[in-house]
Amino acid sequence: MTPKARRWLFAIGMAGLVACYLWAFHGLPGFGNYPGPYGPEILSRAIPETNATGVVSAINFDYRGFDTVGEEFILFAAAAGMSVVLRRLRGEREQEQDHSPADEVMHRNVAPTSSALRVAALILVGPTALIGWWLATHAQTNPSGGFQGGVILASAFMLVYLSGESIAFRRLSPVHLLDVAEAMGAGGFAAVGLAAVVQGLPFLYNYLPLGQSPGAVSSSGTIALISFLVGIEVAAAFMLIVGELLEQTLLRREGSS
Amino acid sequence: MTVFPFLVVAWIVAVGLYGLITSRDLIHQIVCLIVVQSSTYVLLLGVGYVTGGVAPYFYDIGRRALAVDPVVQALALTDVVVEAAVTALLLSLAVQAHKRFGTLDPHDLAEFKG
Amino acid sequence: MTPHAVMQVLQVVALVLVAVGATVVVRTRERVRLVIALSAYGMLLAILFFVFQAPDVTLSELTVGAIALPLILLLAISKVRKPQ
Repeated sequence: MTPKARRWLFAIGMAGLVACYLWAFHGLPGFGNYPGPYGPEILSRAIPETNATGVVSAINFDYRGFDTVGEEFILFAAAAGMSVVLRRLRGEREQEQDHSPADEVMHRNVAPTSSALRVAALILVGPTALIGWWLATHAQTNPSGGFQGGVILASAFMLVYLSGESIAFRRLSPVHLLDVAEAMGAGGFAAVGLAAVVQGLPFLYNYLPLGQSPGAVSSSGTIALISFLVGIEVAAAFMLIVGELLEQTLLRREGSS
Repeated sequence: MTVFPFLVVAWIVAVGLYGLITSRDLIHQIVCLIVVQSSTYVLLLGVGYVTGGVAPYFYDIGRRALAVDPVVQALALTDVVVEAAVTALLLSLAVQAHKRFGTLDPHDLAEFKG
Repeated sequence: MTPHAVMQVLQVVALVLVAVGATVVVRTRERVRLVIALSAYGMLLAILFFVFQAPDVTLSELTVGAIALPLILLLAISKVRKPQ
């Protein structure tokens, strides 16, 4: 099918799809007139029941915790799938060359990073890691939570790579340690839920003590604990992803595959 | 204004799909997938918005304040992070395809079987 | 202007910027420019989510869409580049 015929077919199909979209939006109550009972119901119940003033995190880890377990395992599977795809590729390549990646890096002529970039990046690593850690453990009060905190924690390590110290990055994040950390985070989440089942409660029921005042750090039961575990898992997953791609980049390519 | 965000969602979907179909590069196709997925976040947040509502965090404001719907925010939140990991998986598949077949053009890649 | 009107103006402006940003990202063909355009689009989306009163989603989109995703894309692009 020629490109022009393909574009005409797309135009017809897209016109049909957009028409269906607009017909569907016609039935919505309009932007700003949210009618549904679910939202105000949860808003009125969340603070008395869970002592967490960050209602979004309470929903993520308590009311709809089952969905979050599913999403976290998608993350886990994606990182594991990447490792499988790329490690097999690297295994084939290393047999052909039998250098170690460190030797390869010595022979590459790469422009050295400027001192300004290196100093700025390395100064920012500490505060970034601290901010990521703070966000991952304060899910119940502020707009924060395990997912964002984990990504920021991983980006603190990426700063080490960006400042030109790629060997230091690989030494700071050995792959077997990251695998263990990621598995611990994901398994920990499931274990917290199963511990509720062992006590005769539904899966992922909030069984830890709820604390004194709403919004304190040690309040809201399992929400804080789950958020912490999710932060570890997300940080490990993202560092694994970047580390796998980095291993590939450091291998020098010789000719075509 | 009552229907403008949904029009923008339809526009983003159309533009993203157009880029996906007329693309000659696998990396560009993956980025167009990201654009199409971002339209769903705008749709989710647009559905849950309440006029005059504030963000659903009550640490420093009273509990009776009118707030926007928190459920769709929870959905969009985990969605954003998981999308990045799935995109990374797609990119690793694209890298694998490049190493096997030497090209990233979807028209040429369609010729190979198996 | 009343606060509601200011909010509406901000939302309309953010929506228009996001629509324009999506068009720019799709029309860019070269790879490295695509990554920079995607990073800018992620920031525009973060502004939109903020104006829609969702600070949690803003934080997620900012860290993922403007930082982690372009980094992953750049690493993948550097791997499929022709050897120099």
